[in-house]
Amino acid sequence: MSVLLEIEDLWVEVEGREVLKGISLKIPVGETHVIFGRNGSGKTSLLMTIMGFPTYKVKYGKIYFKGEDITDLPPYERAKRGIGIMFQRPPTIKGVKLRDILKLCAKENNVKIEELARSFNFETFLEREVNKGFSGGEIKKSELLQLLVQNPDLVLLDEPESGVDVENLNLIGQMIKKLLQKDTPHKPRTKSGLIITHTGFILQHVAADLGYVIMEGEIYCTGNPIEIFEGIQKVGYEGCKNCLKRLA
Amino acid sequence: MAEDKLLKEFKSAKEGNIPKDLSELSEEEKERLRFLGLDSSLKREGEYVQIDAKPVVCRKQVEGLEILPITEALKKYDWLSDYYWKLLSPEKDEFTKATAEDLDDGYFIRALPGYKIVYPVQTCLYIRTEKVAQKVHNIVIVEEGAELNLITSCSVHPHVESAFHIGVSEFFVKKRAKLTFSMLHVWGDQTIVRPRTGVLVEEEGSYISTYVSLYPVKDIQTSPVCRLVGEGAKASFASIIANQPGSKIDIGGEVWLEAPNTRTEIISRTVVYGGENIARGKIVAKAPKVKGHLECQGLMLSDEGIMRAIPQLDSYFYDVELTHEAAVGKIAKEEVEYLMARGLSEDEATSLIVKGFLTVKVEGIPPTLQKQIDKVLETAKLGF
Ligand SMILES: Nc1ncnc2c1ncn2[C@@H]1O[C@H](COP(=O)(O)OP(=O)(O)OP(=O)(O)O)[C@@H](O)[C@H]1O
Ligand SMILES: [Mg+2]
Repeated sequence: MSVLLEIEDLWVEVEGREVLKGISLKIPVGETHVIFGRNGSGKTSLLMTIMGFPTYKVKYGKIYFKGEDITDLPPYERAKRGIGIMFQRPPTIKGVKLRDILKLCAKENNVKIEELARSFNFETFLEREVNKGFSGGEIKKSELLQLLVQNPDLVLLDEPESGVDVENLNLIGQMIKKLLQKDTPHKPRTKSGLIITHTGFILQHVAADLGYVIMEGEIYCTGNPIEIFEGIQKVGYEGCKNCLKRLA
Repeated sequence: MAEDKLLKEFKSAKEGNIPKDLSELSEEEKERLRFLGLDSSLKREGEYVQIDAKPVVCRKQVEGLEILPITEALKKYDWLSDYYWKLLSPEKDEFTKATAEDLDDGYFIRALPGYKIVYPVQTCLYIRTEKVAQKVHNIVIVEEGAELNLITSCSVHPHVESAFHIGVSEFFVKKRAKLTFSMLHVWGDQTIVRPRTGVLVEEEGSYISTYVSLYPVKDIQTSPVCRLVGEGAKASFASIIANQPGSKIDIGGEVWLEAPNTRTEIISRTVVYGGENIARGKIVAKAPKVKGHLECQGLMLSDEGIMRAIPQLDSYFYDVELTHEAAVGKIAKEEVEYLMARGLSEDEATSLIVKGFLTVKVEGIPPTLQKQIDKVLETAKLGF
């Protein structure tokens, strides 16, 4: 099984503060991994570093994507190579419509923007200024729609379920399934995902292959995502600290 | 250089190399004019094209509309003297003076009472000869209850290095009439431009002006003065400017609210790549119960340029509502990064953000016109 993303002993600083301390992980092609961890533990920082935002400075370590060292590439070069990210708080861009961005995301991919938007009840948003006055749930849909059009091989999702109502949770679950090709289980899967979640909601929609707990910038434990989630619910993150598996 | 010396370097437009009709223009020139809207695939109610000092196209398709070279109109209508040089004075400055002394024609366009001319009337003032000063005088009259949409494109021959354009324009919008006036300019980087515009709007009339200049130009200085003299009259000015390195663009807009319940809005959006830009706006309340808003936004893309925003509000009454809002800044880093994460290069991201910034939805302009403005925005290179 070939490896899509490989991170080797990654140390990252933000504004002079160490936020990641020696992260290593591997995501094989077609697998979806989930990240758990306390607020402020470094989950978002990890995703932002994989995408290559300059605020997140790699002090040490390497990031390989499809076998290539991408540690020093700017975000658009990474996007071109097949990495896509969902923003938690995307900026409003004055005068730019969601449709304008979708057209540019599509590049040479021949996607039917109209049809895709309609299938998620989102066609009326195509003419709206992007992110302006979008509600929490609408931002999620807009972000996922952009990713669907961009069609990346590695999808980075930061709490895709937060702030979404019960009905829309289902819709967002469908969108993520489509992104990760989990809607066509009979076909070989080429898409991979790395998803941050607090609620575990995503596990009901998307079968994840591996879970991590991040604490204070380090990976504390790796294992079956459902077991990890149930463990956290039982003993909390404090309990993770004393986890026997970690010692083993 | 002092303003009064500027003109001396140029020769009369009457010495221009003027063809008999448009078919004599080169392919390259035709392409430029098509880009500016002289395009047979666009629906038009009338056209006026002047090359250097000579009108070469002057035609109208519909009833209720008159289009004539101003020199002919002055001969035909005695009453035109009630309009000619009535909103502006030849003594205003050396450019108005030069135009009064040696006129190179111009257009006279009139919408007759009650006629609503739906599709645009296109005019084009084109400088074809090197080192020419083109001095035109235009009069537009929209009679009671009539409507007219006018697009003026001004340009120079693609290979003319240096030119001078003076346009004296006097617009009259009568009771309940509506005039939209849009200027799309593609000058050369050595062209000097001095438009001098006066507008008079009567009761319930409305005037909507849009000015678009996204290409290099050497020097533009203009400050249209619009007087709202009838109750309930409205005026709006929008300017959409890309200030290129080496360009000096000084654009103002002055609206005098001289009757109760008149309203105005002056909006400017400027992107500064370099050069010098001055965005002025002035609203004067000369009657009670009036409303005016000035909005001036500048986006700086380099340290090589200068931008000055100079809003001014004058009131002579207490029962008025005048506001202004000005902001000059840079492109937000988060916006560029957001788009880069979607696979856009920094240049593509910048260009999209700038395009969005310059997209001003002007209320009341017809869709065909908006399309043409959008096309110019689409075509202009707006990245670094
Ligand atoms: N741009 C930034 N400037 C300053 N500090 C930052 C920045 N980004 C992250 N940090 C800090 O780095 C630490 C890790 O933040 P991060 O956003 O990665 O946490 P998280 O695990 O995603 O938390 P949450 O669950 O609350 O989203 C936090 O202490 C945070 O304050
Ligand atoms: Mg986070």
